[in-house]
Amino acid sequence: MSEARYAVGIDLGTTHCVMAAVDLVASDRDDVVEGIEVVPQLTAPGSVEERTMLPSFLYLPHPDELRVEDRVLPWDKPQPFVVGELARAMGGRTPIRLVSSAKSWLCHPGVDRRAAILPVEAPEEVARVSPLQASTRYLEHLRAAWDHQHPDALLANQEVVLTVPASFDPAARELTAEAAAAAGLSHLVLLEEPQAALYHWILAAQGEWRKQVQVGDIILVIDLGGGTADFSLIAVTERDGSLELVRVAVGDHILLGGDNMDLALAHAVRAKLAAQGIQIDPWQLQALTHGCRNAKETLLGDAKVEAAPVVVPSRGSKLIGGTLRTELTRAEVTQNLVEGFFPVVEAAARPASRARAALTKIGLPYAQDAAMTRHLAAFLRRQVDATRDLEGFEDRSPDETTFLHPTAVLFNGGVFKAPPLLARTLEVLNGWLEGEGAPPVRLLEGADLDLAVARGAAYYGHVRRGRGVRIRGGTAKSFYVGVESAMPAVPGMEPPIEALCIAPFGMEEGTQAELPPQEVGLVVGEPVRFRFFGSSVRRADHVGGVLEQWAPDEVEELEEIEATLPAEGRQPGEVVPVRLHAAVTEVGTLRLEAVPRVGAETWKVEFDVRGER
Amino acid sequence: MSDLPLGFFARLRLALRAFGRILSDGAFAAGILRLERGELAGAVAPAAVAEPSKPLLRDTAPDSALQLLALLQREGRFVDFLEENVGAYSDAEIGGAARVVHEGCRKVIRDYLQIEPVRAEAEGARLTLAAGFDAAAVRLTGNVVGQPPFTGALMHRGWRVTEIKLPKLAEGHDVRVLAPAEVEL
Repeated sequence: MSEARYAVGIDLGTTHCVMAAVDLVASDRDDVVEGIEVVPQLTAPGSVEERTMLPSFLYLPHPDELRVEDRVLPWDKPQPFVVGELARAMGGRTPIRLVSSAKSWLCHPGVDRRAAILPVEAPEEVARVSPLQASTRYLEHLRAAWDHQHPDALLANQEVVLTVPASFDPAARELTAEAAAAAGLSHLVLLEEPQAALYHWILAAQGEWRKQVQVGDIILVIDLGGGTADFSLIAVTERDGSLELVRVAVGDHILLGGDNMDLALAHAVRAKLAAQGIQIDPWQLQALTHGCRNAKETLLGDAKVEAAPVVVPSRGSKLIGGTLRTELTRAEVTQNLVEGFFPVVEAAARPASRARAALTKIGLPYAQDAAMTRHLAAFLRRQVDATRDLEGFEDRSPDETTFLHPTAVLFNGGVFKAPPLLARTLEVLNGWLEGEGAPPVRLLEGADLDLAVARGAAYYGHVRRGRGVRIRGGTAKSFYVGVESAMPAVPGMEPPIEALCIAPFGMEEGTQAELPPQEVGLVVGEPVRFRFFGSSVRRADHVGGVLEQWAPDEVEELEEIEATLPAEGRQPGEVVPVRLHAAVTEVGTLRLEAVPRVGAETWKVEFDVRGER
Repeated sequence: MSDLPLGFFARLRLALRAFGRILSDGAFAAGILRLERGELAGAVAPAAVAEPSKPLLRDTAPDSALQLLALLQREGRFVDFLEENVGAYSDAEIGGAARVVHEGCRKVIRDYLQIEPVRAEAEGARLTLAAGFDAAAVRLTGNVVGQPPFTGALMHRGWRVTEIKLPKLAEGHDVRVLAPAEVEL
């Protein structure tokens, strides 16, 4: 392989993908030659345009729906599917053939991520795809777009940094890496999105960032994308006289984003129209959502505007007669968005979670509480001890603090293009801090809310070569396998489960955990499954430690893991004692292996992504 | 002097310049008259003849015009709007539809074209045009006499496209379909 010429950052988003690159040859430490890569894509049948974003939509057209010549791309022969802007447009009219939010499905523990399940609502005759395949399609499109524009530096030979939500669990990370491998990206590293946003801030500050933060700062990154909310805490420390960044905590996976907000407004306006006796169909609702998004941007961008018109064009060619006209008022936006998604809440607030309705059909596990501020409060409270063991931070969380006090905040994601939402988040956060006598947070200014993650990811590829400050931190969880405790069986009662720590908190890429002393039994020739747990707060647990009980907030159950011992050279059914060994790969995924007591052979332990709980 | 034939626009500019100077400069006009009678043949290349010997008109390819129209229809319902009988509706109804058209068409214009005013001055300002100004970009009106520099009031700033980037079209794509008929099953 030739030496990589570029570091390419790919933001594989829930609603759109962005690709950026740093020219490694032309850049030196602080003089970075970088930019967004445009992505040619179909924007209408037979019409190809270069756009900075590739909408993460996959459309599976009927054979008679789109002529072959209207599916042509600048590269390759026409595919039987459509990716990008045209896919989104066609899906608006024919939702049963549209795959959307593949990324959210990729980390949905209730479904088989390798099974062809999307689109969920598709009729029998549509050849469905798996969440993994859909993600692969987007990456293949990006690769083809890159290769088309850089024929002498193919993407397979470049260093690719692919971003994932900080809250992605090990199985979702592994599936993302698998999609990248299937798309032919051979030099891959995963990076958490909030970290990518912070790298972009460092890049944009051009060396001045060291003047904007100081040792002892705790930076809260709030990344609110189209479909997910992602929080991270990054502490500023010092080592050998220079500033260092340590990511100390990440939040839970919350399916709550900008799209929910636009939809909420559209439903509010729809209710208003319904009160006037006007019913709208699903096609019009889509147009209404689009109209509401524009009206929202007008209202939130200019405090003097009191109402913005929302127009839903007629579907037929009679535009004037059939067009619905209504308006969105400032009060409605304030009530639905500012109060609905960013309410002023106490620092002690916790997200409401109601019991789930019976699962009549599979769907994404959207956040049950739309209040972003409550999710944030819960995150900061859970992480109150995040910096307790960090050098230089010992005195930062006295006993009376009930939540972790950030000192600076970096916003990312298109939602924060609206100044009132950003201001409200700051207001709420500063209210909590004031309540505990802490100074207000500083706002780290970082432009480019939509494109920062891809650009920061590309910059990380540059930084990895020793040309800039790296954010340390490693894995944001410690991991455990469930083992049955050795106590006499009680009829009608499941034996209690103990959690055996196999991977400590903060494992860096390319490192291995030690072998736990405990052994578990694997049955030769049969898949054996273990319950698997993670904790984002138990920072001090060591490999081999056993938890007999834990608070509900402290440890969460992840997907099961499964090991199969091949039958060669052994009796099927024989029980072989093994120890479970964890490592974090160079790519950034967690790898588990079963190591027998004797022999050099090891077996990979798989994450069960089939959703059979 | 180069013997290369001048391009159409270069010839047009030359013709317009010559036209102005024939009107304003008697000696120059006399020279052109001699040239036109053939008395100066050989001294000056024939390509310098002010008027083209035959009309040079060309048909423009309709593809990009239709492509732009299709974009205006797709984003701004432009054709729908023009094809409707606005006389049958109230101004309020037309206003609602006009927002769709305005918003969508403006998006197309902004996305695919870079348009800037020809003159940066505010409309109503007085300005002076030096000799050799581009008559294609600045149109003189009213009391058009005398010789440059011309001084007058800017009535319209003019618009000029500085960049155009239309989507690439697939070979075999039928540009005459501005908007496909939609049939919901």
